[in-house]
Amino acid sequence: MARLIKNRQLAENTVRHLGVDDALPGSDVTVPLARWQAEREQLRFYPHRVGVRLAPDEDPEVLIHDLAHLDLIAVAFPAFTDGRAYSQARLLRERHGYQGEIRALGEVLRDQLQFMARCGIDAFELAPNESPEAALGMFQQIDIHYQPAADGHAPVWQQRRLATQRRLLRP
Amino acid sequence: MYRYDEIDRELVHQRVAQFRDQTQRFLAGELSEEQFKPLRLMNGLYIQTHAPMLRVAIPYGLLSSDQLRKLAHIARHYDRNYGHFTTRQNLQFNWPKLEDVPDILAELAQVDMHAIQTSGNCIRNVTSDHLAGVNAEEIEDPRPYCEIIRQWSTLHPEFSFLPRKFKIAVTGTKRDRAASQVHDIGLHLVQGADGEVGFQVLVGGGLGRTPVIGKSLREFLGKEDLLSYLEAILRVYNRHGRRDNKYKARIKILVNALGIDAFRDEVEAEWAAIRNGALQLDEAEIERVTAFFAPPAYDPQARLDTSFAEHQTADKAFATWVRRNTRAHKVPGYRVVFVSLKAPGVPPGDITDTQMDALAALADQFSGGMIRSAHDQNLLLADVKLADLYELWQALSAQGLAHANIGTLTDMICCPGLDFCQLANAGSIPIAHQINERFDNLDYLYDLGDIRINMSGCMNACGHHHVGHIGILGVEKHGKEWYQLTLGGSSAEDTALGERLGPAIAKEEVAEVIARILDVYVVHREAEEPFLATVRRIGIAPFKERVYGQTH
Repeated sequence: MARLIKNRQLAENTVRHLGVDDALPGSDVTVPLARWQAEREQLRFYPHRVGVRLAPDEDPEVLIHDLAHLDLIAVAFPAFTDGRAYSQARLLRERHGYQGEIRALGEVLRDQLQFMARCGIDAFELAPNESPEAALGMFQQIDIHYQPAADGHAPVWQQRRLATQRRLLRP
Repeated sequence: MYRYDEIDRELVHQRVAQFRDQTQRFLAGELSEEQFKPLRLMNGLYIQTHAPMLRVAIPYGLLSSDQLRKLAHIARHYDRNYGHFTTRQNLQFNWPKLEDVPDILAELAQVDMHAIQTSGNCIRNVTSDHLAGVNAEEIEDPRPYCEIIRQWSTLHPEFSFLPRKFKIAVTGTKRDRAASQVHDIGLHLVQGADGEVGFQVLVGGGLGRTPVIGKSLREFLGKEDLLSYLEAILRVYNRHGRRDNKYKARIKILVNALGIDAFRDEVEAEWAAIRNGALQLDEAEIERVTAFFAPPAYDPQARLDTSFAEHQTADKAFATWVRRNTRAHKVPGYRVVFVSLKAPGVPPGDITDTQMDALAALADQFSGGMIRSAHDQNLLLADVKLADLYELWQALSAQGLAHANIGTLTDMICCPGLDFCQLANAGSIPIAHQINERFDNLDYLYDLGDIRINMSGCMNACGHHHVGHIGILGVEKHGKEWYQLTLGGSSAEDTALGERLGPAIAKEEVAEVIARILDVYVVHREAEEPFLATVRRIGIAPFKERVYGQTH
């Protein structure tokens, strides 16, 4: 199984990604969106963690009534140059208020981890050739952010105002 | 000019460290060529025919003299003593060593400069009107909004891997000097019905293989909504733009596929959900950024000068330069000076390290220490007193920077072409030389008046050939370079795509064919009618006949 970073630590990867016809294994799984939609009533009561895998062209909005039942939602980077999942993750977090795990699958490389994290992705299945130890160091590479995203950073003009106020308060 | 604070500075330094790490990993073999490519592109680094090419961002074309001196230093120590100004107001170094690039970026960071997002499939350097802030018709200075957009778009986590590159231009007058109608987004400052100033938003313009003129997406957008509206457009594009074919991946293809009305519905729906969120700009922030672009303290005595008129009477060459290479300034007693980077024998847009240093000193002496780069690959000193113009002209002449050809036939916009670029099919610089050699009589050029030649060495259209009054596109046929000509294009407020003249022309005939085109113009023009107006009035047929009638 792919090596997993979750909440900025190396973590054990217990999730199996099932296809349309794979039997449920009695452990944590994700299924494609279509299977979730077809088997929602059974899967809701599956006694392990269950998640949905969104393809990059699928609209997260179709899941809004299911969010409470989903332990994780996986978004895909078929190539790291395909940036659609960034928008999907932000929509899930910021518009639809999803609180569960959002996991990045596919060509997940260390240089993109910070962008992914800022968009609300909190679990990362690293690409096979990527070093998990090196990847862990990438979350703080740049800690100045101009724009708000899903990670709670205020827009830069508010940060500047706060900095100015702090300076004024300093004795 | 916008001045960095510790936040801006820290970001640029962190970015340098990040890129140094990426370059080291690539050189150590830990990153494949393919994995390194998007990373270096996001930092303006291309691999060209001879060497890497590094494109340095000059946000909306504004440079301080210290920054220009730093560019001169980099040209001298890391390159071959010159740099090349692009149509997007940036500067390119054509010969840096890959392993030196992190050091070059660190040098740039010392003067608050960077190469962030000067290439790659992300939001590129925002461009603007080179006469911003000094022209009398301006509704408002567009540069504060450029800076606000620059900050919002820098290392944007959601929009760093778009389907394709994304270019935004902002203008503040009815005259369009920024080619805004051929940008992915064009923003025009306009006055709304109640007198409030906001933006008209154009979308889906672009050149390349599929030239399209931008369409109006919104007639009026309040300033406070600028960033949320841009975010809505970019999100619709990021999610729905094509990614299967890079030649169909620009936003113009999406807009055309959906139709502007359906595209607008998507954007408006997205915008409705984020409009009143964290991106809403407040007046205090707009005022804060605007204050950086406040006009300098102009000298009220400058208008009383009489020497300027005397020098023009006494020195015909000076008078000619004033007529061609300077423009009116909104403040009496001042003029805007164009520094021509189109001297004969020099590739259009090129400038040496010595010239950069000299120009930086002249900017300090005569124009508030500021230099501007223009879309047409020339530089400007925007705030020069009438009394200083003669001395400035002499100094520029000594540096080869006073060639009095601004706006004329030889003030060509030109891509680097086959001599430097891996994408090119044909040379552009040799054609520029050919045209310069053929049309070396300045009096003839002045008689012809304003004519814009745009030249690209391939269909990617970096020289914007579609919108040249005369467009020249290099193509390759049977291993030889050929050139397709178009007439009647424009990138100004009357933006139009040129019409194809006919079959491609052999390399050695280009200047001759242009001479014939100009003959037709001279015969048909009425009174002071400019070239473009004549082409539009009489159509392309007489030109076609003159060009092909004799060669066939």
